[in-house]
Amino acid sequence: MSTTPERAGRRVLIIGATSAIAAETARVFAAYGARLFLTGRHSGRLDAVAADLKVRGAAQVETALLEVTDISRHAGVVEAAFAALGGLDVVLIAHGTLPDQQRCEESAAETVAALEVNFTATIALLTLLANRFEAARQGCIAVITSVAGDRGRQSNYVYGAAKGGVERFLEGLRNRLFRSGVAVITIKPGFVDTPMTAGVAKNPLFASPRRVGRAIYRAIEARRSVVYIPWFWRPIMFLVTALPESIFQRLRL
Amino acid sequence: MRVYRSWGRYPRVSHAGVLPVLWRAEPPSLDRVEQTVLPFACGRSYGDSCLNDGGLLLDTAGLDRLIAFDKVAGVLRCEAGVTLADILALTVPQGWFLPVVPGTRWVSVGGAIANDIHGKNHHRAGTFGAHVIRLELVRSSGERLVCSLEEHPQLFRATVGGLGLTGLILWAEIRLKRIPGAGIDVERVRFGGLSEFCELAERDHEYEYTVAWVDCLARGRRLGRGIFMRGDHTTWSGPAPSPLARARLRVPCDAPTGLLNRVTLGAFNELYYRRQLRTRTRAVVRYAPFFFPLDAVGDWGRLYGPAGFLQYQCVVPDLPGGRVIREIFERMAGSDEAPSLAVLKRFGDVPSPGLLSFPRPGLTLAVDFAFRGRRTLALLEELDRVVRDAGGAVYPAKDARMSPESFRRFFPEWEQFAVHIDPKFSSSFWRRVHHS
Repeated sequence: MSTTPERAGRRVLIIGATSAIAAETARVFAAYGARLFLTGRHSGRLDAVAADLKVRGAAQVETALLEVTDISRHAGVVEAAFAALGGLDVVLIAHGTLPDQQRCEESAAETVAALEVNFTATIALLTLLANRFEAARQGCIAVITSVAGDRGRQSNYVYGAAKGGVERFLEGLRNRLFRSGVAVITIKPGFVDTPMTAGVAKNPLFASPRRVGRAIYRAIEARRSVVYIPWFWRPIMFLVTALPESIFQRLRL
Repeated sequence: MRVYRSWGRYPRVSHAGVLPVLWRAEPPSLDRVEQTVLPFACGRSYGDSCLNDGGLLLDTAGLDRLIAFDKVAGVLRCEAGVTLADILALTVPQGWFLPVVPGTRWVSVGGAIANDIHGKNHHRAGTFGAHVIRLELVRSSGERLVCSLEEHPQLFRATVGGLGLTGLILWAEIRLKRIPGAGIDVERVRFGGLSEFCELAERDHEYEYTVAWVDCLARGRRLGRGIFMRGDHTTWSGPAPSPLARARLRVPCDAPTGLLNRVTLGAFNELYYRRQLRTRTRAVVRYAPFFFPLDAVGDWGRLYGPAGFLQYQCVVPDLPGGRVIREIFERMAGSDEAPSLAVLKRFGDVPSPGLLSFPRPGLTLAVDFAFRGRRTLALLEELDRVVRDAGGAVYPAKDARMSPESFRRFFPEWEQFAVHIDPKFSSSFWRRVHHS
């Protein structure tokens, strides 16, 4: 395995590390000998992912339980990650839930809860992390959003609103941190064939978590700004966003 | 995109649903499930042993985590859905190899145990199951049992080669073997017929790996001509693939029916045989092309067209001159079916712990047939008769059609096995061969 010095020992914080996509990205970091700090909600799952990454070559793996909506704990966890790894080179924010659109329409509380996980918690974390990365004047902040954030659709606009909001925030942050040499990466996966969606009818647009995880790693490596994964979502979403509202509002999407 | 089909794409069945198994600490509770269940990972069994028509599949692809690797003792513990490809990518650079590998690395550890797979070193190493130290099984009762030759030995022996019917394997611990490097020192010897093959196979104990590719469309004097490959682990000085190495070519869709027929396959066999001009060649290659030549083309089964294909693999006693194999070749050549290039190997006598294990001392032959309905089935039933009379067996992992009578003859320990089947577990294969 070719392990260049910069890749080996790279210090990476992953929020929501037990998601299939995040775990696959972490495997590439691990194979290159990175040092990882993982957060998740279930200790059994977090331990299983941590053991896997250690066996796959990670030089160090630390974990912390974190419910992202518990914003009062963010500063402590970020501090713990900086302390455990002696600084950070990469942060990947990967937590998220796919809310039930129907239930959100019936309940404001449900809608607000979905926004808290997918928007508010992410923004709170980014606010903390941006200042630390800006002070260090190096590194990379990568956030997983979704193609669903490009345009609101009746079938999942609550999720789309949260992801779209995060994308606006990231645009501004990228602009602010450009002078500090910190890369801010917006990652927009399309449909991903996680075991969680095993019961859902599939179409050829579904990508495997492994493919998506590797593409995220490459995007971080290349310090891209906005990346669609797989690539074909960029032209698809270009067309979706180009449709005039007078037509779009009549569609059942 | 996950598809729940077998590798031969025959038979086509419909499942009532799929239950993903994602975490080893949170196995599914099966006590309230109405239908029967069957574990499914890579779908590389050829026939119906990985299918459960009308029932549920437990998708174990998410159980793909490594748990521990002792680099000194060479012992790996991992979840059941981990592929052999993943294991080799990790362990080969560290000087360890799987004790047994089949013809593809895209199989799961759970599948390797459930089918008690074998490889080109069977004459020395025996089956995969012979190198499993222990495994954890979840039963539909909710019980979780760590099984080995010491703990629950009968359940362990039923689970190795047990076709996924004894419960859900969550993880396993495997003993790896030391290698000098990622290379294989391979010698290819052209042989003109079956008796020459038998002479070469006589000396297989001198090599770690041996296998032969045979042209089974050649008739008369050339019947059973082919290329004998034998190899040993060695060092490799070429480049190693990066962790980001990309997937390979794929066959994107079903080829037209009849693309692989007697004319095209005959021409391919001729080329394959003639490609090697000298009687003997020797080279050092990386391990992957030696063990997994077909992995270079994803979904190659689609070349057989939408109707799918059947692989026939049997083992028969090793009689002088390959007598039973000769009879099988003659019957294939005399039919109008189009068998592909065949694989021929001599199994050794290393015992397997598995009650329903397929390999046993003798010659094993594997051949693919495009599925052409009743005619194909009739030929394979005829071959079954030859195998039954010779006291051999047919491999369940490749099977979609053997009769209940054949199954009982091939696997006389089936009754002893059947008492260990979990009441909630079943498969299309099991219902077919268990039907009286």
